[in-house]
Amino acid sequence: MSTRAKEIIAIASITVFALIFYIRKVTGGLPFEFPMAVTYGVIGLLALSLLWILILTIQGKLIERRVVFVYVAFAVGLPLFMPISQKMTISPEVQQLYDAVLEQKPGSRVLISFDYDPPSAPELQPMAESFIRLCFERDLQVIIMGLWPQGPQQANLALQKVLEEEAIAAKNLQYGVDYVNLGFQSGNEFVIQGMGDSFKKKFPTDYQGRPYDDIPMLSNVKNFYNIDYCFNLSSGFPGSVEWVQVAVDRYGQDMGAGNTAVQAPTMYAYLNANQLNGLLGGMNGAAEFEILCDYEGKGRKYMVSQSFSHVVVIAFVLIGNVAFFMSGRKSALNGEKEQA
Amino acid sequence: MDHFSLWLAAFLTLGIVSFLYKDNAWYKISEAIFVGISAGYWVVSLFWDNFYAKFWKGVFPEDQLNEAGEVIQAAQPDYWLFIGGALGLLMLLRLVPKIGWMSRWSLAFIVGATSGLWLMNYLSSNVLVQIQGTIVPLFSSAFGTGFDATWETAVQNIVILVGTFTGLVYFYFSKEHKGAFGRTARVGIFFLMITFGASFGYTVMSRMSLLIGRIDFLLHDWLGMIE
Repeated sequence: MSTRAKEIIAIASITVFALIFYIRKVTGGLPFEFPMAVTYGVIGLLALSLLWILILTIQGKLIERRVVFVYVAFAVGLPLFMPISQKMTISPEVQQLYDAVLEQKPGSRVLISFDYDPPSAPELQPMAESFIRLCFERDLQVIIMGLWPQGPQQANLALQKVLEEEAIAAKNLQYGVDYVNLGFQSGNEFVIQGMGDSFKKKFPTDYQGRPYDDIPMLSNVKNFYNIDYCFNLSSGFPGSVEWVQVAVDRYGQDMGAGNTAVQAPTMYAYLNANQLNGLLGGMNGAAEFEILCDYEGKGRKYMVSQSFSHVVVIAFVLIGNVAFFMSGRKSALNGEKEQA
Repeated sequence: MDHFSLWLAAFLTLGIVSFLYKDNAWYKISEAIFVGISAGYWVVSLFWDNFYAKFWKGVFPEDQLNEAGEVIQAAQPDYWLFIGGALGLLMLLRLVPKIGWMSRWSLAFIVGATSGLWLMNYLSSNVLVQIQGTIVPLFSSAFGTGFDATWETAVQNIVILVGTFTGLVYFYFSKEHKGAFGRTARVGIFFLMITFGASFGYTVMSRMSLLIGRIDFLLHDWLGMIE
């Protein structure tokens, strides 16, 4: 059979598979969950097959790179079916952020800047949800804004999810009184600088076009001096670095940050210098914060997949090194033979 | 999301992932759609958020009216914005090769103004406060409190001191890295390696998170196979 024919069969199979499951979902089919025995079986099979690949590599038989992709896909996808969770210890920086929120008195104003877009949502959206939920639980007033155009939309998604929760819904929180979304403002770090002078100048209206002066909870909010705590969710520029440089170092704002894992190592320098008083780094930080907030979000759910995929990556790094050293020894041996 | 949006999102996600198998038409279509939509989104966003909202509405503002149609606050045009508008127009002159050199004036303004505005911020946040952060008492919880630090804090402080010092030595190129100086620089390399390793580990975690997000979309939102 030609390669083209195999490809067509593969695409047709995926389409049929998808159609079957989609129809099942639409007709009210329930999600799957592996029993524990199957879970252990799958984990054992994955481990054994990795061992088998290692043995093949030692024997000098190298696997195709696509096999690595399939393993990573399995490592990420299969744990989502498993009824297992991961034990986690709380990092000091996550605890610090949690404590900083707990220190705020009811009615305190918390500014949250959503400086990310949908591609970073798997890491930052769980942080956003658990942070907003914690603020509402503690009866804090939440002011939302964004330096990225899609940030306020991500905020609305998080708000919608949190407000649907029974305990939060029971509080009957009102838009404009308990929380507000000021929307996006272009200008990057200069927006933060301008907010040091006047919030109203930078955000004359909220996300829905309502004038600043018509929003009751903002009646006494002129600039950073009227904000009790600031939290920034960021996946790049403009983001946490700019917030530290302006809001923290220039205006003395107390601030915590939640960052994508790529950005997190940069932020530890600011944390150690006390420019930040809390940090959530990547999915790990999100999951730890969910544990502290006693919130069953996606951070914790995703962490099992995250750990499985890390194990697979580490296994293939080891296998790759074995292949490298084996090939080096082989070529060295060949060289010795030629010399003899 | 409705049925069509879900299937379209799944089609594009699988299209991008199909590159792992090999470069193909499905991938190219998905990539072209992504690039086109991104460019279009940014053009529209920049036009409405910058040109219209800031320049146009600043220069030609509207009076604030009450419900009866009476003027509450008369509009006050901000003509200073014409300077920014003119500099913006000069940037577009790059499209005319003969007078394209005039766009350098705008660039010069941007570089000069940004440097001036941010010099102090960077100096303060990324230099002075960071230096302050590395000046820590080795065996005390704070300056002047005696030897009261826990052993974890003491080790952490010593690592900060050694790491900062050896790292700086490594980046000192006016002296050849030989003898004791070279060995110190070599320790600095180890610290740098550990830093890069930590960054790499975090990057792997971040990339995996993106993949988990997409797989969750496929299995949960699209096919409803997981909770």
